[in-house]
Amino acid sequence: MDISQQIVESLARNNVEFVTTVPCKQLGGVIEGVEAHPDIMHVPSNKEDEGMGLCAGAWMGGKRPCIIMQNTALGVTVNTLATLIQYYQMPLPMLISYRGELGERVACQVEMAVHTKALLDQLTIQTYHFHQPSDVEEMDTILNHTFMSRKPTAILTDSNFWGGY
Amino acid sequence: MAARRKITLDRRKVVARILKDRGDLLLVTGLGAPTWDAAAVEDHPNNFYLWGGMGGAVLTGLGLALAQPKRRVLVMTGDGEMLMGVGGLATVAVQKPSNLAICIIDNQRYGETGMQETHTAHGVDLPAMAAGAGFQTTATVYTMKELNEAVPVLYEQSGPVFVDVKVSDAPQPMTLPPRDGPTLKHRFRENLLGQI
Repeated sequence: MDISQQIVESLARNNVEFVTTVPCKQLGGVIEGVEAHPDIMHVPSNKEDEGMGLCAGAWMGGKRPCIIMQNTALGVTVNTLATLIQYYQMPLPMLISYRGELGERVACQVEMAVHTKALLDQLTIQTYHFHQPSDVEEMDTILNHTFMSRKPTAILTDSNFWGGY
Repeated sequence: MAARRKITLDRRKVVARILKDRGDLLLVTGLGAPTWDAAAVEDHPNNFYLWGGMGGAVLTGLGLALAQPKRRVLVMTGDGEMLMGVGGLATVAVQKPSNLAICIIDNQRYGETGMQETHTAHGVDLPAMAAGAGFQTTATVYTMKELNEAVPVLYEQSGPVFVDVKVSDAPQPMTLPPRDGPTLKHRFRENLLGQI
């Protein structure tokens, strides 16, 4: 099973039933997987702060949510993350494509990469960095921890994890 | 741009009229005056008040409506809050939630920041934007008679529906609901989902 499919299976195994996404090439396999999975509702959004609202609403309605996004999106989600997800203490796994790391070919992507961990740290968001394909084995534990702690969790998946650009 | 008419409706009377028929409605209120309006009618466990997340009320309502397809969900928010997340109307229209209604309490002002004019004061037509996104049912309300006609649309018509109620910008006393986020969240979820 490839790592995209392993991630989708982990989401389903942990009763994540509501996933919102904004397109990403690296996360494309995961996005296709959640779209196809019979137990997961997939709601594409235009912008990641929409996704924060969607996930908050899904949690209020009793569904375990997840947002799939790029690290550049941290810049547009800070307010909704802080004043919606964190203010109400909602659990939210954020599966993030960590663009701008080693191997990146688009220089502009590096500008958000250098802020990514600092922003997450400043927001006191629990952060895990997947660098080797075998790191995917931690998905179950991270999801369980996220819903136990009722806090957002960032899972940064870099280019090396995905096998290069 | 829509024809502009004289605005006379009192927002508190509008919200009280809408919520009179609430039944088992799940209500999401956008931050600012719509939250105070809902609290002034009655603090209810089926109210989820947003104290933050500016621009996120409609999306929160969409997530809730999709998670609870058998319950009617109403998002009541202001014109400024709606304008900040207006792209979300496209996401709603694509999902076509039949149980979601959106009601804008539109005083054409940013009430929380000093009553500066929003773009609706200059003719921006929110129902037309919703219709453009794909909403089949939209309305603009200026009178109590029109409101009485719109209330069954909010509760019964297959959604998503979008109703913009033009209200006076006269100041109202601030009526604050509980403000502790986790308390509000738990109260709403326990009432909806049982012990969790």
